[in-house]
Amino acid sequence: MSKTYYDPADLRKFGKITDWSKDLGEKFFEYYGKVFEEGALTAREKSLIALAVAHTEQCPYCIDAYTKDGLQRGVTKEEMMEAIHVGAAIKSGATLVHGVQMMNKVNKLDM
Amino acid sequence: MALKSLKKRANSLADSKRQLEILSNGIFKSGELLTFKESVALTNQFPIKSKQLEILQINLGYMCNQVCAHCHVDAGPDRQEIMTKETMQQCLEVIKTTSAHTLDLTGGAPEMNPNFEWFVEEASKVGIKDFIVRSNLTIITSNKKYHHLPEFFKKHNVHVVSSMPHWTQGKTDKQRGNGVFSKSIEALEMLNVVGYGMPNSKLKLDLVYNPSGAFLPGDQMGLENKFKKALKEDFNIQFHSLFAITNLPISRFLDYLIASENYEDYMTELVDAYNPEAVKNVMCTNTISVSWDGWLYDCDFNQMLNLKVASESKHISTFNEDLLSKRTIITSQHCYGCTAGTGSSCQGAVV
Ligand code: SF4
Ligand code: SF4
Repeated sequence: MSKTYYDPADLRKFGKITDWSKDLGEKFFEYYGKVFEEGALTAREKSLIALAVAHTEQCPYCIDAYTKDGLQRGVTKEEMMEAIHVGAAIKSGATLVHGVQMMNKVNKLDM
Repeated sequence: MALKSLKKRANSLADSKRQLEILSNGIFKSGELLTFKESVALTNQFPIKSKQLEILQINLGYMCNQVCAHCHVDAGPDRQEIMTKETMQQCLEVIKTTSAHTLDLTGGAPEMNPNFEWFVEEASKVGIKDFIVRSNLTIITSNKKYHHLPEFFKKHNVHVVSSMPHWTQGKTDKQRGNGVFSKSIEALEMLNVVGYGMPNSKLKLDLVYNPSGAFLPGDQMGLENKFKKALKEDFNIQFHSLFAITNLPISRFLDYLIASENYEDYMTELVDAYNPEAVKNVMCTNTISVSWDGWLYDCDFNQMLNLKVASESKHISTFNEDLLSKRTIITSQHCYGCTAGTGSSCQGAVV
């Protein structure tokens, strides 16, 4: 197999980041676990948000993880795809809204 | 979805020996993953011993009106293995004397056994505390001769446990076949009408959920809430509890895992999710599974792998509860399916 930067097997080793910085690592995982607990938002809603953000962050580990997490929670593929569109819409909106900055600059510089 | 059983297709996985070989070789032989025995031994729980018998599970035959892709029984319309009335008589003798409080009829579709109703009538006279029939729902609507089943179940105070892989049509039909969802909904409506599954009703209706693919079931409570909400809102259907059951790497599900190249990942996931606490409550410790031809097994999974109980009492005709309560459970790597996360049994999570 050709070598790539990303290895799916590395996801399972995520917990190992604690090895080289125990305190911070453990605090992070505690925080992470807490974030995804049932709260004002359901764990299911949080999972879908995570899936959308995983895509905008383009993190292959998170995409694998939250696709599986969604399946385990009974999330349908239509729901997953819609969530990704929300991420994509914000991403493209964020790109385009900067167009106003470009327009402002043009208006300022152009005679 | 395949329309024939592995057996009918003469698939090599129809042979239990071949399945056991696969489960013992590969990633388990290379040492990449701990075997089930090794994992259980880490907390000194090996070998697993049986306790007091509580559940007698009887498989009335492998014939089924469905051919679900994940079926660990490899059931289907083409399977001819059906319990005879004679074996049923032997079961009844045992039911009369056993200390088990739960009788659990399964299959295939147990209703397809020609003596099913006779057997239920006779067994219900014994006064067992919890009398379960595992009904796949579509059987009820599949043919006129089964339409009266909800009334029949009610008459004998049977606890109905039914499989339902999802609250949407797409995911249900993918696992169980086209049209299964709408037929299941129709059957659930019929059960609700006679009182099954209604709040405070004594007529128990529980649903079983298995994941429709190579992933583990999520949190049972979360799934139950979602099922309840969706079935009530969309179809005005009610039920009591949801049992989330892990698919074990046996028979058609094993075939699927291998064919879809998910086998290693799935086994790794099961092993990673191994929970020593779940070992204490695996269902084989309080269950005996009887096959259509009367042999005794630690559970329905071991039955399909043809791993008979390690006891002198091996057949319903020589059933001896004292001997059976002291047996050692026969295990292999498929057992990881019972100990992942919150564990899995015919009654759902165990921790
Ligand atoms: S899973 Fe149940 S309903 Fe489906 S084929 Fe097997 S026995 Fe029949
Ligand atoms: S598969 Fe059967 S024998 Fe193995 S742990 Fe589960 S119930 Fe027990």
